[in-house]
Amino acid sequence: MTRQIILGAHFPGVNNTTVWSDPAAGSQIDFASFVHLARTAERGRFDFFFLAEGLRLREQRGRIHDLDVAGRPETFTVLAALAAVTEHLGLAGTLTATYNEPYEVARKLATLDHLSGGRAAWNVVTSPDAFTGANFRRGGYLDPALRYERAREFVAAARALWDSWPADPFDTSDFLRTPDAGRYAVRSTHFDIAGQFTVPRSPQHHPVVLQAGDSDGGRDLAASTADGIFSRHGEYDDAAAFAADLTSRLARYGRSRDELKILPGVSVVLADTDAEAQEKAHLIRRAQVSPQTAILLLEQVWNTDLSQYDPDGPLPAEDPDDTAPSIIQGRTRQRDDRVATARRWRDLAEARGLSIRDLIIEVTGRQAFVGTPDRVATEMIRYVEDRATDGFILVPHLTPTGLDEFVDTVVPLLQERGALRTEYEPGTLRDRLGLPPVPADRRGAA
Amino acid sequence: MSIHLSVALTDAGWHPAAWRHLPDRAAPFGPRYWVALAAEAERGTLDFVTIEDSPSLQSDRLDGPDGRTDRFRGRLDASLIAALVAPHTTRLGLVPTISGTHTEPFHVATATATLDHVSSGRAGWRPQVAPRRTDADHYGRRDVPELRADGLRDGTYAGHVTDLFTELGDVVEVVRRLWDSWQDDAVIRDVATGRYLDRDRLHYVDFTGRWFAVQGPSITPRPPQGQPPVVALAHATVPYRFAAEHADVVLVTPRDADHAAELVAQVRSVEPKRETPLAIHADALVFVGDDAAERRHRLDDADGAETSSDAAILSGTPEHLADTLADWYAAGIAGFRLRPAVLPHDLTGITRGLVPELRARGLFRRAYEADTLRGLLGLPRPANRYQRRTA
Repeated sequence: MTRQIILGAHFPGVNNTTVWSDPAAGSQIDFASFVHLARTAERGRFDFFFLAEGLRLREQRGRIHDLDVAGRPETFTVLAALAAVTEHLGLAGTLTATYNEPYEVARKLATLDHLSGGRAAWNVVTSPDAFTGANFRRGGYLDPALRYERAREFVAAARALWDSWPADPFDTSDFLRTPDAGRYAVRSTHFDIAGQFTVPRSPQHHPVVLQAGDSDGGRDLAASTADGIFSRHGEYDDAAAFAADLTSRLARYGRSRDELKILPGVSVVLADTDAEAQEKAHLIRRAQVSPQTAILLLEQVWNTDLSQYDPDGPLPAEDPDDTAPSIIQGRTRQRDDRVATARRWRDLAEARGLSIRDLIIEVTGRQAFVGTPDRVATEMIRYVEDRATDGFILVPHLTPTGLDEFVDTVVPLLQERGALRTEYEPGTLRDRLGLPPVPADRRGAA
Repeated sequence: MSIHLSVALTDAGWHPAAWRHLPDRAAPFGPRYWVALAAEAERGTLDFVTIEDSPSLQSDRLDGPDGRTDRFRGRLDASLIAALVAPHTTRLGLVPTISGTHTEPFHVATATATLDHVSSGRAGWRPQVAPRRTDADHYGRRDVPELRADGLRDGTYAGHVTDLFTELGDVVEVVRRLWDSWQDDAVIRDVATGRYLDRDRLHYVDFTGRWFAVQGPSITPRPPQGQPPVVALAHATVPYRFAAEHADVVLVTPRDADHAAELVAQVRSVEPKRETPLAIHADALVFVGDDAAERRHRLDDADGAETSSDAAILSGTPEHLADTLADWYAAGIAGFRLRPAVLPHDLTGITRGLVPELRARGLFRRAYEADTLRGLLGLPRPANRYQRRTA
């Protein structure tokens, strides 16, 4: 039997990869946009919808970044509203472990799980920067080295809360069978909390936990405790190497490869012929990298003001100053060695005669799957059959119609080839993802 | 002029034995229950529903859980219930209770703004303090005194209570600033310059108070209503002051029409000069119907105690209740938040009994006249504080 592909639908985010200049680009905020993408995903029998979190608007050179889509709703409010307009689709959202508390996160997840009939998932991330902390009571408080330790303890605390009600709490004559329903205590390095949790055990008992960090600490967190990892390794060889790395980490924690679903975020470009698809992919890349965005992305590597440069001209001749503090705030630093990256980019531009904009189009954010629906379906099945991944989180470049074509053309092929359900199976999101069930009584478990 | 009418939704209803009428004890933990209640409220053209919440389990004790198994215990996050209900309704205002004591003001601002976006302008917020040590223990970041009933009477906790409401005032202030931190026209999508945003139309809120600092701007664009209505329940001078300074609607708890007039005068006496005066509504727990008195007795028997409440307890026929509401209305009460004793029984008593009676007297709307909560409450859409300053 063909291995089943797990599919997630990512609502387009606040990077330059989301194209707002296209006349077809709709609102990033109107609820109708979320409804369209979620219903499209459900029509395509996807496993889940995915919504990221924002906690502070990005800034570059001390000013609010104005070139990309900006502005996000609060994640779990949108997911609860989507529970009303979908029936089977999983509802996954990001909540940081840094500027939230386990009690509130556990409560939101358990509530969403009840209201959606067992479809809730949580993508746990960490926020390293004091920049984000300026919006929160605590400010910047956490040593970056401790952020994954806090995240690990955070997830354990949330699960302790989810375990705090018995499976069958209601009495036949009284309301509750026990006055201790919801009683919990968590004492760890980062948390000292206790009391009675208000939410009875939800349909999944433990909502699905995803993890998105790619660092050593992030990968270990995923291997030790998560149900899935939202990875950025979408090219085949890279994905296979990532899967191998995670497999060995899982073994270290006594877990099997089946207990962690590996799901890279990928973009897909479709057309009737492969050549047309390549052409279309290039046009999308040009729309994603406007002349202004090209300079801005270059500045992130050179770490200085390059606004006087011509985007259609050559790259700066001098190396970046790697000692200056980062000019960008509010997002994870993507490239660790600025000087090496700059030299590599300059060499590539010189060798192929690329302008700044051409170079940026070439080296950033390329689409993982470009081709006919048949080619894309075949490729996706190969990844999953080889276990380089367990599926994909699709990141469309257009809101809200960016998944329509995939659902209309690739989904039927995946279904024909037995790699994707034609109707939803009964059960919870956890069941559908093929995750092991949560033991009924975990009280006292680690 | 017409009376404003809202309903306070909570677990199985406001009588402690209400849960005995649930067809299934787990019903209030599932979606269908809340969707049906909201649909019924909308059928009655009510202004809004509130949804009760607290970080802690329901309790009869001031100092923490009471260990009782014979009463309804447990609840879901109210703001997510409101979000679930939003797509199932089109006109009804949705006002979740969200504590401001331990929560992050930034999260409260984005959650309420988002509720306003998903409901196209029907969100409100009922800010509440979480005063107990057992509330604080869920967060583990703050020491608070253990509350005892005698201490509350003799003023032992006066400082604690004043602090709680002062902090809540700061939270509402920050949330309001964050709602305004995006001008309505901040998204420009200007292809010629490559700019999605006009950054000059976004504003740092730069709040620094005794308990926290928030820089902003919000991550969420300005809600459709600009400022979703803030509704505050208040029983004493400190919360009256909080409501007068920070809320759009205050819910007071008069015993009768004379007391209602006194409370209106008391609230007005602490009200600062405002652009739009504070709306004063009254709370009451209600048993509605021809058999209201009998049902009340039977419920009291089942619970083993007489019904008690911080608000007036009204039981009677729709005509009788309409008389009382009309008296209080004449005494200066602009609207009512009714607390149904049993859900959904007393809610349908309101929507199908009381509402037609009030309509017959010309005291209540026959159809929705606005599509936002501010519109239903007769509140204008406010200008943006930052836009005014820069204009």
